[in-house]
Amino acid sequence: MEYYLSLFVRAIFIENIALVFFLGMCTFIAISKKIETSLGLGIAVVVVQTITVPVNNLIYQFLLADGALAWAGFPEVDLSFLGLLSYIGVIAAMVQILEMFLDKYVPALYNSLGVFLPLITVNCAILGSSLFMVEREYTVMQSTVFGFGSGVGFWLAIVALAAIRERLKYSNVPPGLRGLGITFMITGLMAMGFMIFGGIQL
Amino acid sequence: MSNVKEILFGPLFNNNPIGLQILGICSALAVTTKMSVAIVMCIALTVVTAFSNLFISMIRNRIPSSIRIIVQMTIIASLVIVVDQVLGAVAYDISKQLSVFVGLIITNCIVMGRAEAFAMQNPPGLSFLDGIGNGLGYSVVLMSVAAIRELFGSGSMFGIEILPLVSQGGWYTPMGMMLLPPSAFFIIGLLIWALRVWRKEQVEAAEFKIGPHTAMSHS
Repeated sequence: MEYYLSLFVRAIFIENIALVFFLGMCTFIAISKKIETSLGLGIAVVVVQTITVPVNNLIYQFLLADGALAWAGFPEVDLSFLGLLSYIGVIAAMVQILEMFLDKYVPALYNSLGVFLPLITVNCAILGSSLFMVEREYTVMQSTVFGFGSGVGFWLAIVALAAIRERLKYSNVPPGLRGLGITFMITGLMAMGFMIFGGIQL
Repeated sequence: MSNVKEILFGPLFNNNPIGLQILGICSALAVTTKMSVAIVMCIALTVVTAFSNLFISMIRNRIPSSIRIIVQMTIIASLVIVVDQVLGAVAYDISKQLSVFVGLIITNCIVMGRAEAFAMQNPPGLSFLDGIGNGLGYSVVLMSVAAIRELFGSGSMFGIEILPLVSQGGWYTPMGMMLLPPSAFFIIGLLIWALRVWRKEQVEAAEFKIGPHTAMSHS
């Protein structure tokens, strides 16, 4: 239990997917102008992460890894080169299924997420987490905790950035730095802030 | 002819994918601590963008628009797998250092964005050039960031010593900050600032105007 808690905290703070690994930056910077929209996007990322990382883990363990097809009678087959194609397929399919499910059963959440759900397919944070999961050889339980944790980390980071940017509207920024430039500077400062979590162990 | 030149060199400064279109920032930040790693990433991305544009443009009239995203994804993912395998065979050390970032070319918005915005409407030849042009625009930013970070962070360029380090009897104390992630943000922010001072038309409009005589008043 303690191990999973530590993994969870590490995924949120020490290895924050947005501010330490810079994944999902395009969405992170493009959709952080208002707090409400960034909240919606953050929730969508958490949900999709928590589902896709364990599913990809199962696919890797039982279909793609070296010798994974032993249960089907092909112990020498190594399909790991098909990994990228399978993960992105799973992510696209999961987002589509989630969209249909939410539309039918939870219309309130569906409406609040709106256009962000399809956009998530091409968010590098989602694919990145699946690739990290493969690289670090997590088990199913570990990858569930890791997926959820990194989703929460992304959520935290994007809401914090949106809050700062809302305040920033009323400041006098030099013309050339306005918009994208100053956002990069803020993100850099936030990344420095997150570096203080480095080395913390639970 | 001028059209070709515009397509090939426009994305370098006039319409830079990172500086103006906000595309493909993710990997720009993470793989720029060393120039040798960054240049491999640039080549990989340029190859993928150019060929995905070429193939998508070749079949653009046969793709039903309702499933075009999945078709594009499949083409891009297959190209990235090829690049990944080639890198693993030819430059194993560098491909280990790039770790997940080669795979992340799939979700790099430059590839998707150019496929959607350019290759779906234009003939294969021009699309191929557009892919190369955007790859070069990305490479310009990536290589400048990597050059600054490697020069000041470890005193070398492409691994060749330029500024002799104190630890090896030289005079230069390396800036550890440059090797840490946040410095990439500052460098890209400053590059965008420089680019926009040079090309004034790229400056974004202010969302909120500060009235005269408010900043200094004490009333």
